[in-house]
Amino acid sequence: MHELSIALGILEITEEEVERRGGVHVDAIHLRLGPLSGVVADALQSAWQLASEQTEFERSRLVIEEVPIAVFCSKCQAERAVQSIQQFCCVECDTPATEVVRGRELLVSALELAE
Amino acid sequence: MSAQPQIATPRIVEVRQNILKRNDELARELRRRFQAAGVFVVSLVSSPGSGKTAFLEKTLTLLKQRQYRPAALVGDLATDNDAARLARSQAPVKQITTGTLCHLEAAMVEKALEDWNLEELDFLFIENVGNLVCPASYDLGENLRLVLLSVTEGEDKPLKYPTIFNSSDVAVVTKVDLADAVEFDWNAAHANIQAVRPGMAVLPVSAKTGQGMVAWLASLPGLAALEPAK
Repeated sequence: MHELSIALGILEITEEEVERRGGVHVDAIHLRLGPLSGVVADALQSAWQLASEQTEFERSRLVIEEVPIAVFCSKCQAERAVQSIQQFCCVECDTPATEVVRGRELLVSALELAE
Repeated sequence: MSAQPQIATPRIVEVRQNILKRNDELARELRRRFQAAGVFVVSLVSSPGSGKTAFLEKTLTLLKQRQYRPAALVGDLATDNDAARLARSQAPVKQITTGTLCHLEAAMVEKALEDWNLEELDFLFIENVGNLVCPASYDLGENLRLVLLSVTEGEDKPLKYPTIFNSSDVAVVTKVDLADAVEFDWNAAHANIQAVRPGMAVLPVSAKTGQGMVAWLASLPGLAALEPAK
């Protein structure tokens, strides 16, 4: 359960942003999360409730956008999806894929603010 | 003038901050320090009981016998049993007790190295907490990440934990002396590893019999010419 550490990281980034901008209220925190980040969205939502409790972000929602895995297929010479996280092959031509382009994301992408 | 009430419109501001940026920055700094000191750093991840400590003890002992200067950091939730076992190799060993934390982070590695002189080492091994989930997210500044899979765990571990296999460089299959006894299916294991991480090197080893240990050591930089065990 390392989602709590991740939630505390989100809290820290949000605090920094709010401090920098001054006098804003955060309605929602938008995240981008890839399947290869090692973080589970549901567990992160629960961890966020714990981490944000009794902070000014207690009521701020986490909006998690899951980013699908994309690879660069050496045969297609193009960016492609994979068959699944258990089958790292190009969906178009079945070529095994080694170059991950997307899917490791673990970031705060945006904040939804109310003045 | 319309009498519409004023509704504060939410506005979206872009942030784009990596949540683990602090860990990643620290890991980069560690990697720079390791390189400057000429230390090659290997981390080990696996589930509990897969034979990480036995494999590491054998590795440290064999490197010491060949006049290399290895050292190890070992993460464990509560005990220092692993560090005590590894210390038998005569290599410097330090325990990182993580408490309730299920993985190592770069800051823990940095702290554990505070009173070690990296210039005096050739290899540093970092044994992560036994866990195939959480360690995947944390860069520790290592050059090589090994994921260990014992023959007693079953061939489908890579499919159950694709993220950790995908984030590792080499798969080490341990306890191969037991492979026949548990009817380990090599073809299935190999296919599953290649499915989640195409092209991944697979090294079968037994710390008990020594099988595969020299081939493993020979894959480390500068050790290619290692003599096979007599």
